[in-house]
Amino acid sequence: MMPDLGKYAEAVLSSYAVSILLIAVLIAVSVRRSNRIKNELQEVEKKVKSNG
Amino acid sequence: MNLNAFWEYANPKKFIQTTDRLLPWFAGLAAVTLVGGLIWGFFFTPEDYRQGSTVKIIYLHVPSALMAINAWLMMLVTSLIWIVRRHHVSALAARAAAPVGMVMTVIALVTGAIWGQPMWGTWWAWDPRLTSFLILFLFYLGYIALWEAIENDDTAADLTSILCLVGSVFALLSRYAVNFWNQGLHQGASLSLDKEENVADVFWYPLLVCMAGFVFLFIALVLMRTRTEIRARRMRALLARERMGA
Amino acid sequence: MIALLLRDIRLAMRAGGGFGLGLSFFLIVVVLVPFGVGPQSALLTVIAPGILWLGALLACLLSLDRILALDWEDGSLDLLATSPLPMEGIVSVKALAHWLTTGLPLVAAAPVLGLLLNLSEAGYKWLIISLFLGTPALSVIGTFGAALTVGLKRGGLLLSLLVLPLYVPTLIFGAEVARRGAEGFDVTTPLLMLAGITCGTIALLPFASAAVLRVNLR
Repeated sequence: MMPDLGKYAEAVLSSYAVSILLIAVLIAVSVRRSNRIKNELQEVEKKVKSNG
Repeated sequence: MNLNAFWEYANPKKFIQTTDRLLPWFAGLAAVTLVGGLIWGFFFTPEDYRQGSTVKIIYLHVPSALMAINAWLMMLVTSLIWIVRRHHVSALAARAAAPVGMVMTVIALVTGAIWGQPMWGTWWAWDPRLTSFLILFLFYLGYIALWEAIENDDTAADLTSILCLVGSVFALLSRYAVNFWNQGLHQGASLSLDKEENVADVFWYPLLVCMAGFVFLFIALVLMRTRTEIRARRMRALLARERMGA
Repeated sequence: MIALLLRDIRLAMRAGGGFGLGLSFFLIVVVLVPFGVGPQSALLTVIAPGILWLGALLACLLSLDRILALDWEDGSLDLLATSPLPMEGIVSVKALAHWLTTGLPLVAAAPVLGLLLNLSEAGYKWLIISLFLGTPALSVIGTFGAALTVGLKRGGLLLSLLVLPLYVPTLIFGAEVARRGAEGFDVTTPLLMLAGITCGTIALLPFASAAVLRVNLR
């Protein structure tokens, strides 16, 4: 299944690895922050409502 | 006061409601096209007769470079909207897009360097195009740092918007300056990843899919991050009001 | 306006105003370069125009935060803002004062330091002309950066980060004029571009700086 990359295998594989890693990190950070802020906001809103 | 508060939340609220429906679609499209395009490019395209298998790097390099520039353009447009219309979502969208654009710039630079190593025999050449991207990276850094440094949301939005406008002009100037500065040195490079005429159809179609994938990925990420920024802003507003009341 | 200019210059000249600071820094950079790259005079001749330009740019950068920070701290900036002077005028005067106290001395010092770096004889004329034309742009752009970061407590590092990318075109064309001049090539194109950048920034950037300052004073 793995295509024969010849003598440039390292270059091709490393660029895919680096790029996919960077994109994955970016997505992970965005999703985590999104969820965290969402939860925090819910808590704050609850608090504000209960306070009047 | 009441009316102000209403406007503060009305538009962002609508934005969140709308994107609630849109976001899964864009995320799904991004996943499908990106994974599909990269698999197509990586496994099912032939080697180029001059570049060997390194031609496969273009499926990452070209789309990320494209989005690095488009992200800045988007920030420019949203900054202008903020300055003219004072539309909060707009400023926050610019803030949300900047880190995404910066990562795209990094990907373009890294893949370019990895590609250049076997092709030009060096990791880094002060090629005009590479240099411009490095400068673009610096602009992203400064822009993000300014957002982070200022506490007041509206002040930060105003200052970063103006920085974005001025920065765009200077980025464009730098592009020409760099071109002029290094003209003739690398013009003979017979292998350019970006020249469309060099790209045969076998490479072009998967490349198109990958570009679409990066575009959808960008849209999905920016939507999500904008929602996060809107919520963070609302949270800060609520906390501040509570503190004032207490 | 003239009173403001004279006041700024007097303040800068006074001890602690940073008048000598930029010059000393320029001198130190130029002296340190041969330690870094070796004493071969042929090599120094080649890199002299670039080093001199870079040194001048960094020396300029060093004194940028003084353009507005002191006035911000003691509140005189608020007074200036409420005065009948337009904000655009104030930032222009500030930039001019910075150029007169930093840029102009650098231009004057550059030939002496060129001697240290074994600058070729044809280079002096173009080095001075390019610095003379280019340093005003550095001051104006720097004032914009200073206006952006004036409200921040630790704005110094951020200021450099914001301003340095904006300096790129000026540096490229300025150093290109000096380099081509030193090597005896035609300098028309970069010279015109450098002059264009300087005129453009002087004409347009004060509006951006003033807008930024208004936001910061809000």
